[in-house]
Amino acid sequence: MVTALLRLRFRVLGNTLRRSPWQLVAVIIGGLYGLGVLFLAVVGLVALGFAPIELASTVVVLAGSALILGWILVPLVATGIEQTLEPAKLVQFPLPMSKLLLGLTLAGVLGIPGIITSIAALATVGTWIRYPLAAVAALVCAVFGVLICVVGSRLVAALSVSLSSRRRFRELSGILIFIPLILLGPIIFFVAQGVRTSADALPALAAALSWSPLGAPWSVPADIARGDSGAAALKFVITLVTLALLAVLWRRSLAIALVTPASSARKRVARGKIGLFGVFPATPAGAVAARSLTYWLRDPRYARQLIVVPLIPILLLFYSYNFHSLTLLNLTGPLIAFLLSLSTYTDVSYDGTAFATHVADGVRGRDDRLGRAVALGIIALPLVLLATLITVAVTGSWGLLPPIAGMAIGAMLSGIGLCAVSSARIVIPVPAAGDNPFKSAPGAGFTTALSAFAIWGILLLLTLPEILLAGASILFGMPVLGWLALLVGIVLGAVFAVVGIRRGGALFDRTAPELLGRLKMLRGA
Amino acid sequence: MTSDLPVPATETTPTSGPVAALELRGLTKRFGEKLAVDDLSLSVPVGSLYGLVGPNGAGKTTTLSMATGLLRPDAGQSFIHGVDMWQSPLEAKQLVGNLSDGVKLFDRLTGEQLVTYNGLLFGMDRQTVAERVGDLLRLLDLESAAGTAVVDYSAGMTKKIALACALVHAPKLLVLDEPFESVDPVSAANIRDMLTEYVTGGGTVIVSSHVMDLVQRMCDRVAVVSAGRVLAAGTIDEVRGSASLEDRFVELVGGRHHSEGPEWLRHS
Repeated sequence: MVTALLRLRFRVLGNTLRRSPWQLVAVIIGGLYGLGVLFLAVVGLVALGFAPIELASTVVVLAGSALILGWILVPLVATGIEQTLEPAKLVQFPLPMSKLLLGLTLAGVLGIPGIITSIAALATVGTWIRYPLAAVAALVCAVFGVLICVVGSRLVAALSVSLSSRRRFRELSGILIFIPLILLGPIIFFVAQGVRTSADALPALAAALSWSPLGAPWSVPADIARGDSGAAALKFVITLVTLALLAVLWRRSLAIALVTPASSARKRVARGKIGLFGVFPATPAGAVAARSLTYWLRDPRYARQLIVVPLIPILLLFYSYNFHSLTLLNLTGPLIAFLLSLSTYTDVSYDGTAFATHVADGVRGRDDRLGRAVALGIIALPLVLLATLITVAVTGSWGLLPPIAGMAIGAMLSGIGLCAVSSARIVIPVPAAGDNPFKSAPGAGFTTALSAFAIWGILLLLTLPEILLAGASILFGMPVLGWLALLVGIVLGAVFAVVGIRRGGALFDRTAPELLGRLKMLRGA
Repeated sequence: MTSDLPVPATETTPTSGPVAALELRGLTKRFGEKLAVDDLSLSVPVGSLYGLVGPNGAGKTTTLSMATGLLRPDAGQSFIHGVDMWQSPLEAKQLVGNLSDGVKLFDRLTGEQLVTYNGLLFGMDRQTVAERVGDLLRLLDLESAAGTAVVDYSAGMTKKIALACALVHAPKLLVLDEPFESVDPVSAANIRDMLTEYVTGGGTVIVSSHVMDLVQRMCDRVAVVSAGRVLAAGTIDEVRGSASLEDRFVELVGGRHHSEGPEWLRHS
């Protein structure tokens, strides 16, 4: 039965790959990247064998602890990262719990991340090869370390499922958890700075970690090599107890998860409350705008786009801090405009097959385009203007307001026009409504990145006049050019917006059924 | 059943001779190797309740999608009351109410919002939309769920709200793909009454199903489709002859096994 589970896991992986060559390309690129990292890790670990015990032990324990921590944190961020053998789908089969646990664990170890982790862990044998006893211990402990990784990660996944069976909570937490991840750069920078000033503290940190569940499995061989068999034995016990505890907890939470289907909290409004549909004009375009705006507020896949609003100024502040000047902060407005205006460049993909409503109801292309553009404008334009005003006020450079605002407004309006065309043409795999908004839909990585880059490039071209004028005005200190940038931004942006909506509308009228067909194919995937 | 269901305005068509509510001519669709719909022609007279039956994969959904402008046919035409769906889609779609199988709804909206949305998309004014949405929610027994997001509906409720969306603009032709799937018997009976009343009021319904019994009781005409072709079409009595519709269907489509099933499935 366990082998059947394993076969199923690989069968699914194989079939997914066979479906789409692009996905295969993505997996190969991902695999090569993983192999590169793995190769470096193995070489490094083996090379550590020639380093002093202290150094080797510090590095191995710190890296190993980070590895376990990573495995445990990932399921929090990416729910459904490995859905092949999701317990919920196995409920209907009469699998004894122990076999289920075993099967899920092995499937976890034999997944791509599991294999890479296992190889890296086994490479620690190379680190301690000069001490035969330690090398044997490293072999055993590597196995336990990997098991702690997998079981811990499965436990967290099972726990987070039962914690977040409320839809709203699940959706929100998916977004919030992502913020620190995006800020990882600055965080690592500050931590690294701290580490640089206190490099002496690292061995102490490693020593402390080695007594914790995170570091214990990795430090047993080090202690044996050092000849401290008492510490080694104790840490081995810590390792075993950790694994046993995790397994018991996992078993319990899985048992609970299996009998508690994901329920959803029902939120209800009174009869007759039609929200934004009562506010917007009662026309097809008005209805589309109301629907889009409702989705902006209710569907986390839209809401997540808004996290750039706080993130951009934080990132810019961080770089400003490095350059000891606040000038960069002024770019907040234009950058937010650039990113937000393109947030719906593939809006129709988010509709999924619900887009059939628009096709069946005979919505005219320009009504569809206009409605979506208005919703985007209502969300984004005030944010962009506010961000521009506030950052300029903070840096006290009111003289720069016209060129900065020119770039921001220009990018915003041009982007709206560009989206109106691109979303009538580009259909990419996106997470389905209700999934984790950051879950990358299968096969999405490569094609999405490609189309996103192309769209960004086009928007950059469309905004080039404003950018050049603004740049010249700031470089040469000519305020007139700045005012000109503002004028060009507004006028040219408006022209692009109008042209985009008309062109996109015409394209929609010609190809809406084909667009729906592509969406249906995606849903089938 | 009350009579406040939006009923299409009866009007006389200017053209001479009876114009079919739905006229399909030579519809063909190929998906890769598979010929899903093969030169299919069908005429649905005005005022009929027309059943479209066929085994799984017969091309029912594909045919209805091409008829209603959701899927471009490789060849052939679809006329709604004489209006060519693929020549003047906007005009033709105004005449059709469509419940498609296998597509999602904008399910983050509440039921009431969703029906309102569909009404507004058809260009109706706010007042009329509000009245009809109220009527439909009451008729379909969805009033208590009006303010709940459609994503939280059960499968049957979702079908019913989709039906409301198809009805809100008082179409002259209703195209319903598997409308009774997962609908409870009481709601199904309500829906049947509603459709009958709609037809009495001058509307036309074409409904796909593989529940023969239901089609035989509800529809006045039927077409049997298999492998993308019409095998038989006409009034129920014409098609079934002396047999039941189900027997006739099996006879036409074939594929019935007269074996007793594997030994190990027998427990007595």
